[in-house]
Amino acid sequence: MLSPAEWSAVRLTAELAGLTTVLLLLVGTPMAWWLARTSSPAKPVWAALVAMPLVLPPTVIGFYLLLLMGPQGPVGQLTQSLGLGRLPFTFAGLVVASVIYSLPFVVQPLQQAFEAVPERTLEAAATLRASPWDRFFSVAVPLARPGFVTASVLGFAHTVGEFGVVLMIGGNIPDKTRVLSVAIYDHVEATEFAQAHRLAAGMVVFALVVLVTLYVSNRPRREERPA
Amino acid sequence: MIDARLALPRRGFTLDVALALPQTGVTALFGPSGCGKTTVLRALAGLERAAGRVALGAEVWQDDAAGRFVPTHERAIGYVIQEAALFPHLDVRRNLAYGLKRIAPGERRIALDQVVELLGITHLLERRPDTLSGGERQRVAIARALATSPKLLLMDEPLAALDAKRKAEVLPYLDRLHAELGLPIVYVSHAIDEVARLADHLVLMDAGRVTAAGPLAGMLARLDLPVAYGDDAGVVLDGVVGERDERWLLARLDVDGEACRLWARDQGLPVGRRVRLHVLARDVSLTRTPQTGTSIGNQLRGTIEAIADDEHPALALVRVRVGGAAVVARLTRRSAHTLELAVGMPVWAQVKTVALME
Repeated sequence: MLSPAEWSAVRLTAELAGLTTVLLLLVGTPMAWWLARTSSPAKPVWAALVAMPLVLPPTVIGFYLLLLMGPQGPVGQLTQSLGLGRLPFTFAGLVVASVIYSLPFVVQPLQQAFEAVPERTLEAAATLRASPWDRFFSVAVPLARPGFVTASVLGFAHTVGEFGVVLMIGGNIPDKTRVLSVAIYDHVEATEFAQAHRLAAGMVVFALVVLVTLYVSNRPRREERPA
Repeated sequence: MIDARLALPRRGFTLDVALALPQTGVTALFGPSGCGKTTVLRALAGLERAAGRVALGAEVWQDDAAGRFVPTHERAIGYVIQEAALFPHLDVRRNLAYGLKRIAPGERRIALDQVVELLGITHLLERRPDTLSGGERQRVAIARALATSPKLLLMDEPLAALDAKRKAEVLPYLDRLHAELGLPIVYVSHAIDEVARLADHLVLMDAGRVTAAGPLAGMLARLDLPVAYGDDAGVVLDGVVGERDERWLLARLDVDGEACRLWARDQGLPVGRRVRLHVLARDVSLTRTPQTGTSIGNQLRGTIEAIADDEHPALALVRVRVGGAAVVARLTRRSAHTLELAVGMPVWAQVKTVALME
């Protein structure tokens, strides 16, 4: 039903979104924890920086990432001096761009979930001999579980749905950077509406299934009785 | 000895206390809301970083002079707060196991079975916290704290969130705790009836400072402090059940042999059981001669030891020595004047029949 090139785009998209989500959970969890618990005056600034991708056009992010990762940019010079070559128009470059672009979709649900963990419950864990790391993994993470589900799903889905940043950083290289959204764009440009339909409709179904699953899994199981 | 010298600026006042608390029995930190008693407890637990020194016997938990601060999770404490703070994602059994499995097997001096039995929660082990009543939750929280075999149990108004019925349900367990585990307890409260029932020692606090401290009975009999106790000023009398009157459902509490004995409502406690009575000053009246034809069940012969002004200018407090014990009466100053009461005068203290507390 799908052509080999289209299958390749599907596989590439899944790989990109999966890897991005894993990296985002690793990077975003400590950021969200810090934002949720800090009383630092710098908190609003960091929260704003994390939220920037929500309001900026993807082309702005793509443009600056391109400059940063390009041959003259600081990141580009670093990757070249480390022998990693240049990131633009590679899969690695796409991953880096996606992590930045989808950051708020992972950090914000996690931050909200961590903020909902009562301080007194963490203190109770401390009085029960749990060290800070122990408290984090044995109390905070399980209590923030719905936040992790939301963050993973939104991070994955948002990466699947990105277009502008991908086009600017990754271009349109089959098997390397041509993800689904770009493939659909290609089909439409070539007036191959039937093919575009197959992929686009698939995306619609995917988005619907993912969101319904999310809302079902995060439905409160039982009303909390007030203390 | 629990030694704590703590200083911490708070909004409205500066906490500045030096405490030397006995390492046995129940010490109550008592005072109005916002007086700093919870902050003291949190500093003992290491949850609040006050300046100073905290030591439990030879174990120094904080000594700013030596740059030492042992974090909360390395202090052998049990900590119970008003809201219970059970882990909502774990059932009761796992809540209990949480602390237990984090201490070395060699430190386990209190058996989990004993704790579960002591607090009467055997039937709750498979339940989740959100299905428990307030009283049940509080008992589980206490059991969870005890399961870590603490050397010091800190309790911050553990009964304050409970209604009278739930309170009555938890109180007997606190009594048993005290009696069976021999664990020092520091108990924060603003309810004098809880303090009168549970405490052996009393520390009065106001606006960040300790205003007075000492053994409970002596502290409650002091006439210079009752402002702190307010309407519920009164003394505690410790004694044993000497006799039970089955016909009238009364029990006799012998405080000091025949010199001081009172009848109270029988709570079903056996003869010989140690009990405590909270005798409120407003339930005590004085007469110069023994009375007949009165509904008051107890008349104690004693001597006036002290007379002092009460909070309200119309009232006076009179302490009467009765054998080895003392009761405090709250009278109008007019009565005191009419009766020509004076220190050293023999009087009869009439005490309304009250309930025994185990």
